[in-house]
Amino acid sequence: MSITELQFQAAAVQEAPAQAVEGRSQWQLTWRRLRSDKVAIAAVIVIVIMLALAIAAPAIASLVHHPANTAYPIAGQDAAGNPVGPHTNGFWLGTDDVGRDLLVRILYGARISLFVGILTTLIATVAGVTVGLMAGYFGGVIDSVLGRLTDAVLAFPYVLLALALAIVIGPSLTVIIGVIAFFSWAGIARIVRGQTLSLKEKEYIEAARSIGAGPFRIMFIDILPNLLAPVLVLATLYIPNAVVFEATLSFLGLGIQPPTASWGNILSSAQPFYQVAWWYVVFPALALLVTTLAFNLLGDGIRDAMDPTTERLLAGQKRNRRRSRRPRGVAIAGPSEEFPDPARQPPPAVI
Amino acid sequence: MALARFLIRRVLTGIVVLWLIATGAFLLFFARPVQDVARQLAGRNATPAVINQAIHDLGLDQPIATQYWHFLDHLLHGDLGYSYFTQESVNTMVKQDLPPTASVVVGGVILWLVVGLAVGIISATRARSLFDRFSTVAVLVGLSMPTFVVGEFLLLIVFVPLNQHGFHWIQDQYVGPSQGLGVWSGHMILPWITLAAVQAAVYTRLMRGQLLSTLGEDYIRTARAKGLSERRVIFRHGVRSALTPVVSQLGIDIGQLLGGVLVVEVVFGLGGLGQVAVEAINTDNLPVIIGFTLVASAFVVVANIVVDLLYAVLDPRVRIS
Repeated sequence: MSITELQFQAAAVQEAPAQAVEGRSQWQLTWRRLRSDKVAIAAVIVIVIMLALAIAAPAIASLVHHPANTAYPIAGQDAAGNPVGPHTNGFWLGTDDVGRDLLVRILYGARISLFVGILTTLIATVAGVTVGLMAGYFGGVIDSVLGRLTDAVLAFPYVLLALALAIVIGPSLTVIIGVIAFFSWAGIARIVRGQTLSLKEKEYIEAARSIGAGPFRIMFIDILPNLLAPVLVLATLYIPNAVVFEATLSFLGLGIQPPTASWGNILSSAQPFYQVAWWYVVFPALALLVTTLAFNLLGDGIRDAMDPTTERLLAGQKRNRRRSRRPRGVAIAGPSEEFPDPARQPPPAVI
Repeated sequence: MALARFLIRRVLTGIVVLWLIATGAFLLFFARPVQDVARQLAGRNATPAVINQAIHDLGLDQPIATQYWHFLDHLLHGDLGYSYFTQESVNTMVKQDLPPTASVVVGGVILWLVVGLAVGIISATRARSLFDRFSTVAVLVGLSMPTFVVGEFLLLIVFVPLNQHGFHWIQDQYVGPSQGLGVWSGHMILPWITLAAVQAAVYTRLMRGQLLSTLGEDYIRTARAKGLSERRVIFRHGVRSALTPVVSQLGIDIGQLLGGVLVVEVVFGLGGLGQVAVEAINTDNLPVIIGFTLVASAFVVVANIVVDLLYAVLDPRVRIS
């Protein structure tokens, strides 16, 4: 996705009319719209369940009497030493190649994936917002230096850096979080900078300056709240990217190292067994897919809720019927500056 | 003329970028203690004398500037050095491992662009049709899937059942086109689909959005009003202008493509540059890693020049600035 595209969509979110006539805040309106969006609510439920399962992983492990990282060579493997399937010997989802409970592995993997996904997004958001605000507000030399830095990070083939760091420092959770956060802040910084540039010219900023507010007060207390909408949308869409990024690094052996479970390294060790143990591939992959899909759908939902001028294609069936009477292909079908396309880009797909 | 000057400028920047990457790779080389490197080469039980000999043989005891000069000198002569363990020339390794990687990249990129752009164009011209809704769902699923999951699913639901039922065209592993194009494409089809899946989703979304917003422009209405055929309006006036942001995005994604290729090679056991690089990383074989990194970077730089050229052809404004 191009940066202009992102800026464009962030700008669109920003320009959503406040509709102050009804006396409701932007956030109340957003919440109302989001609540009526069935897909987004389903996504929230899925995410909450996933988080609950991840938090409850040790409890569930003791419930099925299969502690983490414990192999059951007799009950968990068949005569040929292969994993046993679902619903066998008390293993709900079967076992892995050394006879560990796959369900427990996946739940512990969820802890890593969600932790990395949410933490890296938080770091990237804080860093991106700070850099973007500074670049946009101060302008001049600070803007050029930060701008070049942002461009460099965006254009860098991150796989190479991830590989390089994994070699020099050795793979670990900290390195992974660092690498993912390092490649995520730049996109956010770009958008925040663009928004700050236009916001700082507004009268209320001038008013703040005239009563003696310092630059940091203006940036973080006056400008930042007006940027929260696009930043929130972006952050929601960055979480699934971070989850996929972590899984890919772990899959390549550059991320979380066994025996610590991660969806990526479970799938990596499942690779040689796809012919004999489908469950070993399918269940962790489904966990990963359901999680990332839920975050993507939620991000789309929040974006649509914040910007009432767009409509989601899937949810817009009623409106479509009304519109279908208009002549085909006339401008109404296409988004314009004020009515951008709903199916806009999430952050760049990772690998 | 303007285009030639543009090309020369881009090639020169490309060379500077490659030099920066080479220097970065060289410094990475020295981020590790010399003793570690030598010990790996000489074996775990080597005596200090043997280790010192190994350090001397590699030229690692010379001042860093001299070593840097040697490194650049070798590079300029097209010499990427030798593997620590097998003493095999990295040049030879690159040559050997290039065919699978090139096969994956060429086929995968063609499939990715054709599917992504075609579906995007159809979705945009038939916005809110059944096809459009279906493709929107497919795009979201595609965006949520890591490449390796797509690959493993394809192995599980296509490769295994087909081969169990006596249909042996689709295979994993790599077989060169010299064995027959049919055999080659049978081995490559799943890697191509895997590589294309995620990226095609991104491009479908981008193309659809861009084309929809272009088709809303006034000049499109003018084109329709003066009686041009719908096909001409969409392709000559709409798609051409909608392609510019798509092409600029392509430049960024070439670097990401490498990650995808790496994963595809590992999943399907193709044994190309990416898989050898991953192995080299796991064995700390630095000359191989640096050599392969440089080859990959050269590919990214060249591909970016091609993309920029394409961009300049599509959008005349770029040539001037």
